[in-house]
Amino acid sequence: MFQARIYVTLKQGILDPQGNAVQGALASLGYQNVEEVRVGKYLVLSLAHSDRAEAEKEVREMCARLLVNPVIEDYTFELQEVSL
Amino acid sequence: MKFGVVVFPGSNCDMDCYHVIDQVLGHPVSYIWHQEKDLAGYDCIILPGGFSYGDYLRIGAIARFSPVMDAVAEYAARGGLVLGICNGFQILLEAGLLPGAMRRNESLQFRCQDVFLRVENAATPFTNQYRRGEVIRMPVAHGEGNYYVDPEILAQLEREGQVVFRYCTGEGEVAPHANPNGSLGNIAGICNRSRTVLGLMPHPERCSEEILGNADGRRLFRSILSWWELAPGKGATACG
Repeated sequence: MFQARIYVTLKQGILDPQGNAVQGALASLGYQNVEEVRVGKYLVLSLAHSDRAEAEKEVREMCARLLVNPVIEDYTFELQEVSL
Repeated sequence: MKFGVVVFPGSNCDMDCYHVIDQVLGHPVSYIWHQEKDLAGYDCIILPGGFSYGDYLRIGAIARFSPVMDAVAEYAARGGLVLGICNGFQILLEAGLLPGAMRRNESLQFRCQDVFLRVENAATPFTNQYRRGEVIRMPVAHGEGNYYVDPEILAQLEREGQVVFRYCTGEGEVAPHANPNGSLGNIAGICNRSRTVLGLMPHPERCSEEILGNADGRRLFRSILSWWELAPGKGATACG
């Protein structure tokens, strides 16, 4: 069994109004060194796969088809073997 | 001319669209449940506004995989008329029937207000009862209408006349302060290359009767009828 931890973020260069608002809030709290904030999504999938390569292939496929919008988003993921 | 209004779990403008077609235009219309796979007999499909599937993951992301959307894609590919309003527009983008994607409104606010629109292309099945350059008023109600598309495709949309509506001032000036959501090029609505699929964020079905204080949206629906009359059988053979 594997656990996939998927991070979805807006592509570099795509305006992130949410990130900008968070950055503004941090600045108002006195954190002036924050140059940029990007807000993204974090998904955790538990996969009933025994083969790592198979699991990896399926995660990529799921990202391409549903979990990520390639027009505005990028993703990275980690795959970790877990025991039940 | 027979209209179909698709109903997803979470659609909430379906009854308004139905009302306009049925009571204002006096044309046959049916609801189409999202599990439906057959669109035979319809001459125009409307994807209404709302919050399909709770807008979970991304707006429109889950709706686009409902059974009816395969049928809608096939219908559009055969030249059938498809109109996506607000959430319907977002679903058309997710489904790839129109290019681009929606981001959160620049202000982060859900904007529920009247906006002015400039009609950029009046030579489509959806806008032929407007004049090019005409300024009309319609309500918007959305949190994610901040349209984005990469520069090459944007250039193509502009070149091919696929930008149909732009947010503008009451005088018709396309300016940043007239833009409720920060969309690229003040874009409020786009169509595909063949002009048969239109997506727009504003709600024409909410301004189609004088009693509501504004009937500017009615001409969008009238355009569809008038296009249909001038092209008899065109849609029927394509989509029947």
